Amino acid sequence: MAVSRALHRRRHAANLLGLGVATAATVFGLIWLVWILGTTLANGLGAIDPKLFTQMTPPPGASGGLLNAIVGSVIMIALGVVLGTPVGVMAGTWLAEYARGRVLAEAIRFLNDILLSAPSIVIGLFVYALVVRTSGHFSGWAGGGALALLMLPVVVRTSDETMRLVPPTLREAALALGAPKWRMVTLVIWPAARTGITTGILLAIARISGETAPLLFTALNNQYWTVDPANPLANIPVVIFQFALSPYEQWHRLAWAGALLMTAVVLILSVGARAALRRRQ
Amino acid sequence: MSFAVQGRFTAAGRGVPRAREAAADGAFRAAAVAAALLVLVLLGLVAASMLWGGLPALRSFGLRFLYGTEWDPVAKRFAALVPIYGTLVTAAIAMLIAVPVSFGIAVFLTEVAPAWMRGPVGAAIELLAGVPSIIYGMWGLFVFVPFMADHVDPWIDATLGGLPGVGALFSGPPMGIGMLTAGIILAIMVIPFISAVMRDVFALVPPPLRESAFALGATRWEVVRRVMLPYTRSAVVGGIFLGLGRALGETMAVTFVLGNSHDFNISLLAPGNSIAAAIANEFTEADSDLYRSSLMALGFLLFVVTFLVLAAARLLLLRLARQAGR
Repeated sequence: MAVSRALHRRRHAANLLGLGVATAATVFGLIWLVWILGTTLANGLGAIDPKLFTQMTPPPGASGGLLNAIVGSVIMIALGVVLGTPVGVMAGTWLAEYARGRVLAEAIRFLNDILLSAPSIVIGLFVYALVVRTSGHFSGWAGGGALALLMLPVVVRTSDETMRLVPPTLREAALALGAPKWRMVTLVIWPAARTGITTGILLAIARISGETAPLLFTALNNQYWTVDPANPLANIPVVIFQFALSPYEQWHRLAWAGALLMTAVVLILSVGARAALRRRQ
Repeated sequence: MSFAVQGRFTAAGRGVPRAREAAADGAFRAAAVAAALLVLVLLGLVAASMLWGGLPALRSFGLRFLYGTEWDPVAKRFAALVPIYGTLVTAAIAMLIAVPVSFGIAVFLTEVAPAWMRGPVGAAIELLAGVPSIIYGMWGLFVFVPFMADHVDPWIDATLGGLPGVGALFSGPPMGIGMLTAGIILAIMVIPFISAVMRDVFALVPPPLRESAFALGATRWEVVRRVMLPYTRSAVVGGIFLGLGRALGETMAVTFVLGNSHDFNISLLAPGNSIAAAIANEFTEADSDLYRSSLMALGFLLFVVTFLVLAAARLLLLRLARQAGR
């Protein structure tokens, strides 16, 4: 009897300890979140200023804003979306609608999942070798292309997954009406999977909006105003990188302001997209 | 809407010539195949272009590129042990911290937290994955590095630095910058990925398995340790590998806090380098073809290693998915 009571006590203690440590680990994780977001918010809010949206990035010591960087980022993200989305959706369409059960499709899914987590700096190097080296100069086109490559796997995966969730009866109904397959896909499957595909695109935009590494040697940076993607383009992440590592107080303030803007955009996009997806399910 | 759709369907039979409809069908299919194949080709192209770019460096330095420590742009002699060592050590530190913490978070979310708390807490942890990596870098540089320099590094140097043998790992000037700081920041960045995988696979454990363990009188902790963990083992390891793949390739956060030093130093408190950080810092400033080629060779190495780690992760995750019949 005494033995069993001791055993019971030990098991009970182990249980409490294990679950207690698990709770502590969660608190540990949340502390970092609060610390990082709190720092960004505190430093960023103090640096937010209407001039951010009306003035160019300044030389050291002068005051200025982030207008050229904001516009450059928007241009390159738009380029990424325009280049990456159609390819991604079409690839997802093939995986979900044309290649059921094929080994090739499984192989592509597998490689796409790897591409999803591949180091983004390697993508930057690849685009450098492909575009910057052959054209001879850094450009917004190269930056947009790198972002498109980073978007692609996200879009492929979400569009593949949501199209596979469309009930087969819808396909049969369309085909029974005599629709060719491409009309079935464009008029029935895409509208039925629209929410999921849009969510995937939003998640992909959130991802590329915060990416820095692939832009370092594709778009580079530009101190001056330009909207022509044939030139090097200023962009928020690279400006943050350069300004934060500089010794100038004024540049640090601008870097924090840019950091807050970027974090807000990325988190609002990704939280919003996830919430929409969850409601749908 | 249904009318419009039907109208366009039947138009195929009425007005549009059948040949044109068939051509459109074929073109659409071809476009879809081409897009899917592009994904396949892309990975090959990335690897091939890195290898192509890195070949001159690999040819001139041979295997020494992997174990030498000299990195001398002026003399044009490059060997990459310092960044390779830094990449492996920071990723190892990150895993040592992130794996137990992620496991704890997954257990908390599936076993401890009341139902109303699971959604919000899980979403908050996932938020860590959404924060752009350059923000981790800035926070690391301006907030966490001074914190480490003032409070953590001196303590480590004083308590662990004197130990025989391993003491060399823990002694050094308290600068805050270095591999330990980078490893901790990497850990925070991969925790959301690992814990999300663990939480999701714990949810795949069939309820009858858990219930029978509870019916035999097992405590919650025993159910986690002896039922859920064995059942999901391969996928849990897969999740850890996924995190490892991320930690190895992470660039911006590490670049800010690693110190970008090419001097070999075994201490975790000393400035170091990593493959990704070296590329990010030096690529645009590389002034000779051999310099650029050496960085490309590093990129190739990083790509191959992360590819292998991530492929292993996917295979391990697939195994559980198949077992669970999904």
